[in-house]
Amino acid sequence: MQGFASEFSSALALIVAGDPELWAIVLLSLQVSVFAVLISAVIGMPVGAALAVARFPGRRVLIVLMNALMGFPPVVVGLLVYLMLSRSGPLGVLELLYTPTAMIIAQVVLVTPIIAALTRQVVEMLAEEYSEQLRSLGVSRLASVPVLLWDARLALVTALLAGFGRAIAEVGAVIIVGGNINHVTRVMTTTIALETSKGNLALALALGAILIGIAIAVNAMVSTLSLRAEQEGLRHA
Amino acid sequence: MIRDLIRAGTLALGILAAPVAAEEPFIVVQSTTSTQNSGLLDYILPGFEAETGIDVRVVAVGTGQAIRNAINGDGDVLLVHSRPAEEQFVADGWGVERLDVMYNDFVLVGPKSDPAEVRGGEDILAALTAIADAQAPFASRGDDSGTHKAEMAHWAAADTDPTGASGTWYRETGSGMGATLNVASGMGAYTLTDRATWLSFGNRGELEILVEGDPRLFNQYGVILVNPEKHPDVRAAAAQRFIDWLTGPDGQGAIASYQLDGEQLFFPNAR
Repeated sequence: MQGFASEFSSALALIVAGDPELWAIVLLSLQVSVFAVLISAVIGMPVGAALAVARFPGRRVLIVLMNALMGFPPVVVGLLVYLMLSRSGPLGVLELLYTPTAMIIAQVVLVTPIIAALTRQVVEMLAEEYSEQLRSLGVSRLASVPVLLWDARLALVTALLAGFGRAIAEVGAVIIVGGNINHVTRVMTTTIALETSKGNLALALALGAILIGIAIAVNAMVSTLSLRAEQEGLRHA
Repeated sequence: MIRDLIRAGTLALGILAAPVAAEEPFIVVQSTTSTQNSGLLDYILPGFEAETGIDVRVVAVGTGQAIRNAINGDGDVLLVHSRPAEEQFVADGWGVERLDVMYNDFVLVGPKSDPAEVRGGEDILAALTAIADAQAPFASRGDDSGTHKAEMAHWAAADTDPTGASGTWYRETGSGMGATLNVASGMGAYTLTDRATWLSFGNRGELEILVEGDPRLFNQYGVILVNPEKHPDVRAAAAQRFIDWLTGPDGQGAIASYQLDGEQLFFPNAR
């Protein structure tokens, strides 16, 4: 194991030293996952909030379904998106297979249920808390959605981070729809899978360390932002 | 809060705007893990790309999956190594013409301890029979890849059906060559691998080559243009240029000059 440790540290030093190929891969990973989380938020938050306040038959079933979708296997999502985007598939004419856009689509499918389910939970609690106030102001249930979402914004940051965590760490779906093409669709996780299959275990592990570092950095950045926002909010109150 | 959000949003948009780079002409090549993991394609493709300005995007999967992807039209060129499957692909009309590109060979690797005592043999059928008799661990690709098809053909020729022992001494990984070598290395199993992947593989552990040199272990690679009559969106002109280059003097020369640790990995044999 001595050899492995030194191999690992030299691989880590090499890539941190600024290998341009590696940083292009890191950037693409961030682009794809950040984009996917933003789109998922735009879809998932209103859906989650609407599910929290609306009352209609089948609502419980929808909530159970949405919660279950949080565990949707990425490989299955990858396969479904592949079948849609393949030249033989219904959306084949768009020529999106093996592009970063295809990877974003797959990650949106994976992340939206997480954001929607967490939003639903947070907003439902708030809606109960404020139900009398909202009713006395004559605000209808659905009209209260934007207000509740704004009030829950700090809690919703956690939902975004959970979604980002799923997106950036995912390999099964993006390797199918992206194809792990060098300089086009190769991201951190597919690079790790490739280096593992080449038997370059130390390099693969070093890349894994970078991925964790990125996740920590993103989480730290967002939590600093939301902490500052919280303090500002307290000052204004 | 709002100012921070705007700032974060601008930053995110800046990051996101980048991937929409200028579109240069490209083709998608469905190929096998061995051509990619060995570093061959990374070595030869820049030459073609510099000469023609055509970007070659390689999707490296097992031969079986590469062929299925090509049947779906998700590739312009097929570069794989299972001659019967390739000829079937062309016969079914999915490909235009199959051309030889290069060859190397398969080798049987296994643990240094060699429980089935096959070391130094040159008869792959005898070696497989000995492994089955000893019930020594054997890691199979089990993924319908070119290597898996070759392995199954050798078992059949040796009149042995190992799949009955699946889960005991015969382990089907259902994964690529590298992943299967990792498994074999981890559990001290025998496995059949193409020589290029073996030479470029970094986690050999106790594994070494035990049987090689049997003419039956010949491993031929072929290239096929996906039929534009089946899939009109195939980038036929650019793909044909790539095939012409690969089977012509420039491509063949590039293949011959690729070495790893002083050893040539692929031998060009286009006619």
